[in-house]
Amino acid sequence: MSTAIPRPGPLPGTLQVRDGQLRHLLTIEGLGRPLLEQILDNAESFASLNEQGVKKVPLLRGKTIANLFFEPSTRTRTTFELAAKRLSADVMNLTMSASSTTKGETLLDTLRNLEAMQCDLFIVRHAEAGAAHFIARHVAPNIAVVNAGDGRHAHPTQALLDMFTIRRHKGDLSSLRVAVVGDVLHSRVARSDIHALNTLATGEVRVIGPRTLLPAGVEQLGVQVYHDMDKGLRDVDVVMMLRLQRERMHGAFIPSEHEYFQRYGLTEERLALAAPDAIVMHPGPANRGVEITSEVADGPRSVILEQVTYGLSVRMAVMAMVMGVKDAFDT
Amino acid sequence: MSMQHGTHPCAAEGATSRLLIRQGHVIDPANGIDRVADLAIADGCIVGLDPQAFQADETLDARGLLVIPGLVDLAVRLREPGAEHKGTVASECRAAVAAGITTICAQPDTAPPIDTPADVRLLHQKATAAGRARVVVLGALTRALDGEHLTDMAALAEAGCIGVSNAQRPVPDLLVLRRALEYASGLGLSVHAQPMDATLTRGGCAHEGPIATRLGLAAIPIAAETAALGQWLALVEQTGARVHFGRLSSAVGVRMLARAIADGLPVSGDVAAHQLFLSEMDIADFNPQCHVLPPLRSQRDQAALRAALADGTLTAVCSDHQPHEIDAKLAPFAETRPGISGLETLLALTLRLADEGVLTLREAIARVTAAPARILGVPAGTLSAGAPADLCLLDPDAEWELDADRLHSRGHNTPFHGWPLRGRVRRTLRGGHTVYLADEDPSA
Repeated sequence: MSTAIPRPGPLPGTLQVRDGQLRHLLTIEGLGRPLLEQILDNAESFASLNEQGVKKVPLLRGKTIANLFFEPSTRTRTTFELAAKRLSADVMNLTMSASSTTKGETLLDTLRNLEAMQCDLFIVRHAEAGAAHFIARHVAPNIAVVNAGDGRHAHPTQALLDMFTIRRHKGDLSSLRVAVVGDVLHSRVARSDIHALNTLATGEVRVIGPRTLLPAGVEQLGVQVYHDMDKGLRDVDVVMMLRLQRERMHGAFIPSEHEYFQRYGLTEERLALAAPDAIVMHPGPANRGVEITSEVADGPRSVILEQVTYGLSVRMAVMAMVMGVKDAFDT
Repeated sequence: MSMQHGTHPCAAEGATSRLLIRQGHVIDPANGIDRVADLAIADGCIVGLDPQAFQADETLDARGLLVIPGLVDLAVRLREPGAEHKGTVASECRAAVAAGITTICAQPDTAPPIDTPADVRLLHQKATAAGRARVVVLGALTRALDGEHLTDMAALAEAGCIGVSNAQRPVPDLLVLRRALEYASGLGLSVHAQPMDATLTRGGCAHEGPIATRLGLAAIPIAAETAALGQWLALVEQTGARVHFGRLSSAVGVRMLARAIADGLPVSGDVAAHQLFLSEMDIADFNPQCHVLPPLRSQRDQAALRAALADGTLTAVCSDHQPHEIDAKLAPFAETRPGISGLETLLALTLRLADEGVLTLREAIARVTAAPARILGVPAGTLSAGAPADLCLLDPDAEWELDADRLHSRGHNTPFHGWPLRGRVRRTLRGGHTVYLADEDPSA
């Protein structure tokens, strides 16, 4: 273990991009529109491959990817694993909460051990904001880090797949009104989506929720704030529902799920206030009957399952780019 | 008042030499002195300025140097007992005198807390053995800082405690707090409080504002300070107890303190030096060195704290010294331990307040000498005749860059690494003895 005193690291934007190339993916913030669009374009290449039935490419053959999940997750871990395998990488899944960190080993001890196993890429999920940033600052220079969700801070690949989905359905984002609905306070997805939408110069970004579930100064992220769902949904082109993060709620945030549903649940009637061709998104898993009805979640305007599908392509693109092989699929 | 249990402040040193510090620029805010003068010291005590027919055994040439009272630091964690890997009485007292601090006020939140006379005596013994800075001790307000049972405050006072405090631990039962204030004031003990409502602070690690929102860090609202302060002030009004509020962090908090002072309540307040130079913006890259409690607040709060210092609402600046081992800061932000190793930046940051026009030089020095000594009720922070000869000779123009690796404290956790600073301690005297000399310090 190094005895050097930890110094303030560079800002996430400069830490994750080097010479214009994606070095790590820690947060959407600071990525810049050209790079963000490049990721989406590269994901488009993988989506085309997948749609043509060629599911596996040898881009990361010989590379070892470690899924470090310090927080339980099945969906995200599975999609990262599948994406890695489709790139022909070897994958290790490590559920860290039940592992050495509970025996007193520090996060850095764990990292050093994994580095010693010659891993090339860490996919990190952690319950604390800034964990991926911390790891990226301390990891060996030959290892890349992709944030798979850190506390309430960021979930950049989810935001990228959300943008990919919107772009596929709506094309240019500059004329769109997008509403992010629900528990923004606890949501890393919401923060990353808001950054991504603003980076792509979306026409208008709204957040809708009770004051208890919107963080202080949220308008400074570049959003319009609504506490009234009906007003907030009016004429929007995209409705991004958020999951009520009940496991993160240690206090009286809402009186009851019943009242929450009454005021903020997405129903067919409420959806009718949005633009006629509005799409409905959700990062999953959805609490049906709490934040969204089954009719809407499974309805014709829902693109929830497409999001899952596109998540693979986006994650393949990100992995390839941080491993420095992005040009290989330009053809 | 005795600085340590059962000893006279000067005689305790056993000093016999007669020392003349010649032609230094003496600034002694307690006595309104700000001029070039000779300062005479005999038997460990100040004799006076420009003495007639003083026969010195030793003469120090202080031309070009400031001669000021040794600094008095209101809030220091010595970490002993219980966390000696972070710091010891000896290591932190050595760091203190290297930074011109000759009196430090030890907080009681050690492990176990300082809640018995034996604990107090042990700290004093260790400080005496270390032979560097004077250590005055705050005893625990409640047993084991549990917030429920009063300590034997009379015994603590007899053992030499100069006040009582529950440090950062809550006293959620206001009846217990009221009784504690009544009991302490009945003994003539001041109570030192760091107002933080535990329920509003719980789980938080950053100021509630746009930066915490952007970073997704659990937030601590201003109300965590002001709600607690409101409760304390209500009880001060009820009990008449003398309460010092330490480490205030917010504009609203200092406004409440100003009102209470205007109403004639026996209260005072201080601010940690880092709160005057850092803000929530400094955690924007998840810098764990900026993880402190109360959290670094907005730039508007910072401006209000500076203004409150200038208008005298806040009378003292302290280091809020909290040394940590390296691992304590090697984790994602929220999982790191809060606190800064602040002893060795206290003086330079305070002088910087004068450079930036927040205070005059004399006012700045008063905030770390006479004012905190008055709050503690100890005969320090002054160059008055008869006072212990605790003083600091410093070069006010010496420019240096803080190197965290070279801090004397066992804790190297500072966000000021690489900061250009001005004003360097050349010599520190305690009771007339030199306890730090830069010329003999390889890291100076």
